[in-house]
Amino acid sequence: MSEFKCPECGYTYDEAVGDPHEGYSPGTRFENLPDDFACPDCSVRFKEDFEKA
Amino acid sequence: MKGYTATLPGGEAIYYVDRKRWFWMMSVLYPLQPLLGIWLHSTTGTQAWLLLPLFIGYVIVPLADWMIGEDTNNPPEEVVLQLDRDRYYRVLTFLVVPLHFISLIGSAWWAGTQSLSWWSFLGLAVVAGITSGLGINTGHELGHKKGRLERTLAKIVLAVPVYGHFWVEHNRGHHRDVSTPDDPASARMGENIYKFALREIPGAFFRAWAIEKDRLVRRDRSAWDADNQILQSMLLSLLLQLGLLVMFGWKMIPFLVVHNVLAWWQLTSANYIEHYGLLRAKDSNGRFERCLPHHSWNSNHVLSNLVLFHLQRHSDHHAHPLRRYQSLRHFNDLPTLPNGYFGVYLLAYVPWLWYRVMDHRLLALPHIAGDLSRVNIDPDRRDAILEKYCATGASSA
Ligand SMILES: [Zn+2]
Repeated sequence: MSEFKCPECGYTYDEAVGDPHEGYSPGTRFENLPDDFACPDCSVRFKEDFEKA
Repeated sequence: MKGYTATLPGGEAIYYVDRKRWFWMMSVLYPLQPLLGIWLHSTTGTQAWLLLPLFIGYVIVPLADWMIGEDTNNPPEEVVLQLDRDRYYRVLTFLVVPLHFISLIGSAWWAGTQSLSWWSFLGLAVVAGITSGLGINTGHELGHKKGRLERTLAKIVLAVPVYGHFWVEHNRGHHRDVSTPDDPASARMGENIYKFALREIPGAFFRAWAIEKDRLVRRDRSAWDADNQILQSMLLSLLLQLGLLVMFGWKMIPFLVVHNVLAWWQLTSANYIEHYGLLRAKDSNGRFERCLPHHSWNSNHVLSNLVLFHLQRHSDHHAHPLRRYQSLRHFNDLPTLPNGYFGVYLLAYVPWLWYRVMDHRLLALPHIAGDLSRVNIDPDRRDAILEKYCATGASSA
């Protein structure tokens, strides 16, 4: 399980926790997020912009 | 006066005082204008006072912007964290939330209980609507934050202008697609504001609905689930407006229709001028480049910024959407509006005047330099625009 961080706003996607409000249950791998995944907090950085923390 | 100390990278200690600190209260008080008009009407008996907020907004503020001018100062980057943590600024955005409700209820009460001439009744509804439109500005500032309280307050205040879909639409839709042809909330060169409104108002609603529905589907819920953030705010709008109807009678029907249309029109006006003609380039992978400061029109005009929680420092806002209003920056060589929003709205309402002022400004921007391939152009007007500007060989550059 890894964490991925938005370089703009610091939002962190933790695979262990997921993001239930966004509909990603705990354990959802970052690679399995939709291809057009945008940062849920700032929306100006996308899946390919996220950095592994 | 409260100040912040910090150390510059060179080791020099600085002490920074935010000269605008107390002036931000103007953003809290500005939405109370309808009540000022009502008070003056009640004490003098002259109904024309009800229209005072229109005079303030569209005559006094643009004139003051013109005379006082711009402020390009930025807080030093070293104090921004302290500035962001200072609760005072945040509390102002909380305080204004109930004032939006009070302004609308007060205006509805006056319209519903006084015998007004038709024009002052209409004027009061227009004033109330424009003021509720400012509630979208309040909801905008609150809604961009990560805190639960701020996001909840955003959805509550958005009930006043009946714009419950704004939070999803703006944060998840507009910011993602801004300054691209895909964005219903970014105006195209050659598109007048009335045509834009007919694309923006439904386009924004359907985009918000689609985004929220996607989220709910991922959660295995129906689009009509109680968790739908758009419906939550809309339900509050429904209760508020039904309450006004029950309290003040049938007069509320025309009052609220005019109010709601004007409240939406405020957002349409802001959206129209904020990204007119601007276009993010596509990179070699076919992705739009990320939103940079030159993808939004900016205004540093002091007074209108002080009544709008710095909304007009829009270039920094779109590049860094979570930055708090007190910390938004000016940059050099930005696309710059000729006045504050209220003055520029008046230009936008007269399309030939708007094109006259703005099209040359747009083409003269350093990153465009007369190159129409770098402009977001209305497809219906493309041929006419190419003919007009290519024939003169990009003389504006
Ligand atoms: Zn982010």
